[in-house]
Amino acid sequence: MKPHTRTFLSAVLLSGSAVMLAGATGCGGGSSSDAVAQTTPPTGITPQKFADAVHAVMMADRTVYAKQVVTRLKKQEAPVKPSEYWQDEEHTIPLPAQMFRMGAELVNDNPEAGFTYALKSKWPLNPQNKAEGVEIEGLEYIAEHPDENFYKTEEIAGANYFTAVYADKAVAEACWSCHNGHANREVSYPEFKAGDVMGGVVVRIPLD
Amino acid sequence: MSNVTLWAIWLLLTVGLGGLLACAVPTSDSTSELSTVFLPGETTHGHYQIEMKCAACHEPGGSVREESCRDCHAAELRQARDTHPESKFRDPTKAKLLQHIDARSCIACHSEHVPERTHAMGLTLPTDYCFHCHQSIGEDRPSHAAFQYDSCATAGCHNYHDNTALYENFLLKHAGEPDILESPLLRLRRSQTVGRQGGGSPFRSERQPLGTRSDRKRLPTSSDPTTSNRPTETVTRSTIQLTIDDHDALSSHASDHSLLTAWVESSHARAGVNCSGCHQPKRDGGASRWSDAVGHETCRQCHASEVDGFLASRHGMRLAAGLSRMQPSNARLPMKSSAAHESLTCNACHPAHRYDTAEAAVAACLKCHDDQHSREYAGSSHYRLWLAEVSGKAPAGSGVSCASCHLPRTEDGRVSVEHNQNANLRPKEKMVRSVCLNCHGLQFSLDALADPQLTANCYSTPPSVHVESLDMAQSWFESKSRKGRSHKGLPGPAAKPAQPH
Repeated sequence: MKPHTRTFLSAVLLSGSAVMLAGATGCGGGSSSDAVAQTTPPTGITPQKFADAVHAVMMADRTVYAKQVVTRLKKQEAPVKPSEYWQDEEHTIPLPAQMFRMGAELVNDNPEAGFTYALKSKWPLNPQNKAEGVEIEGLEYIAEHPDENFYKTEEIAGANYFTAVYADKAVAEACWSCHNGHANREVSYPEFKAGDVMGGVVVRIPLD
Repeated sequence: MSNVTLWAIWLLLTVGLGGLLACAVPTSDSTSELSTVFLPGETTHGHYQIEMKCAACHEPGGSVREESCRDCHAAELRQARDTHPESKFRDPTKAKLLQHIDARSCIACHSEHVPERTHAMGLTLPTDYCFHCHQSIGEDRPSHAAFQYDSCATAGCHNYHDNTALYENFLLKHAGEPDILESPLLRLRRSQTVGRQGGGSPFRSERQPLGTRSDRKRLPTSSDPTTSNRPTETVTRSTIQLTIDDHDALSSHASDHSLLTAWVESSHARAGVNCSGCHQPKRDGGASRWSDAVGHETCRQCHASEVDGFLASRHGMRLAAGLSRMQPSNARLPMKSSAAHESLTCNACHPAHRYDTAEAAVAACLKCHDDQHSREYAGSSHYRLWLAEVSGKAPAGSGVSCASCHLPRTEDGRVSVEHNQNANLRPKEKMVRSVCLNCHGLQFSLDALADPQLTANCYSTPPSVHVESLDMAQSWFESKSRKGRSHKGLPGPAAKPAQPH
């Protein structure tokens, strides 16, 4: 078993134990997880539950950044503005989608994380974020079923993964106006409007 | 022949051959030519100085320690905003790309000791490696359809790691700039501005080391002279500028008036650093014995980023690996025979007590370096500008010394000098932002760097090649504009700032 998989499974077992304990006592802290691990059957939480949970955290952080940082600065007409080229432009901050992607790269670099996630699309401005295989299947499913998520196990290069795809919708005018006018946009890309599924958050958990 | 004679011959041969082998086994400080018989092949230009320190890169069993690459190069890659970081390839969907090249591993592309297949930048793959992942480039960028895959990284257009001066939006923003900008000046160090304004300490006045930030990681080695086994040194300093009467040199040294004069005119005296500050630094909080020689670890107490840069550089990498000091006689570049046995420490370029940075910026380099590029500097307009500056006929920052390009001034809260002269040297486009764009337009800079003749003649003549990337970026953005989109996200036409930074 690969180390990151072991780490993930341990995390699942411990999380499951913690969740059960929290349910029993009504609070989340104060007990030794070691003691719990010895007395609780190793049921754990399902990969789907784990994917839903980490996706909830991701979206919460991104929403807070977008609303409480980016929009707030804009409302105040602050001299600091969001920019795609924030690394090279004075008084700029990353776009919410870039903030999200930087987080994904840090998680990719963290051997303790045990899973990966990414923002993918059939119509990416950066070819690195182009959806492939099961990701495309997932994006098509969530476009047709806007209130659902997509879950599937898949095999990539001999390794098995649980893959979840969550819709990433056009929520702010800044998102679709930039994407619709971007130089990297290909002619075949659709013209986005409010509420469109522009892409998806892909959470991938190794199962082996 | 008697048995006794045969036994004597056997004994002599055994001792002789054993001794020879003992000499040849690489040790931590070996520079013996015989030792190199254990090298599996010639080492690259980047590593040959530390090739006798096998443990710098290898496990005891001989395998390469992947982390060893990052020990020395990770900070550099972060600074370059590496366009192919390992994290990018940890996405499982990239697995099929990794079947061609395992881009998560440095040694997939940079093998050592294989001179027969080593290209520029230490690349040991065939130079058309971009093909494996970027086969659709002709569709994405029609202007590229006819290009060969071995030209991506060799025509001044793309690098695998560092594209900070080559990405499309940057090209567009700098399109149309003149060859020489309106106000071609380099950044000034604070001491230069303070000195020219006529007084005051150029540094903070505190009785403690400055503790300059540095995220460089040096080679981990038990014999590293800069790490834990050494006592902690503290250079004490006064809060006021010192006069010649304040000196605390040993009485046997105080009679040398020239030394004291040099010291009192130096920035050390202005910053309140007395003789004992460097010659008798406090060790582990207590007093130490006076030492005439001052090592780089003492300098590092106040000049941390500069010394760390030096230790990461070709000048100091042997010291960082726990080997003896680099000497020009060990260099692969042509060096002057008169300087063959100079030892490279801080004092090699910054002679004690004077610490004349103008001398360190040109004369110190040319004392040793004797390649064509160095020799032709004296015939360049850069040198004429330098002469004008140091003679006071031209403003500070207008001259271009060896150090202007190879030890550039960087700004991170304060302006400091990058003492790792290799940090912006390979690939050459790394020099664009840190150096060239202070005075020149981007097109001129890329053209000049791509012209091998100019590399040889130290940029003494105008470039004779034309890098097409700016034209392509402009055409690309224009073609997108014509297609009738709103283009709110498109960058506007390039401004023509006098100073791009």
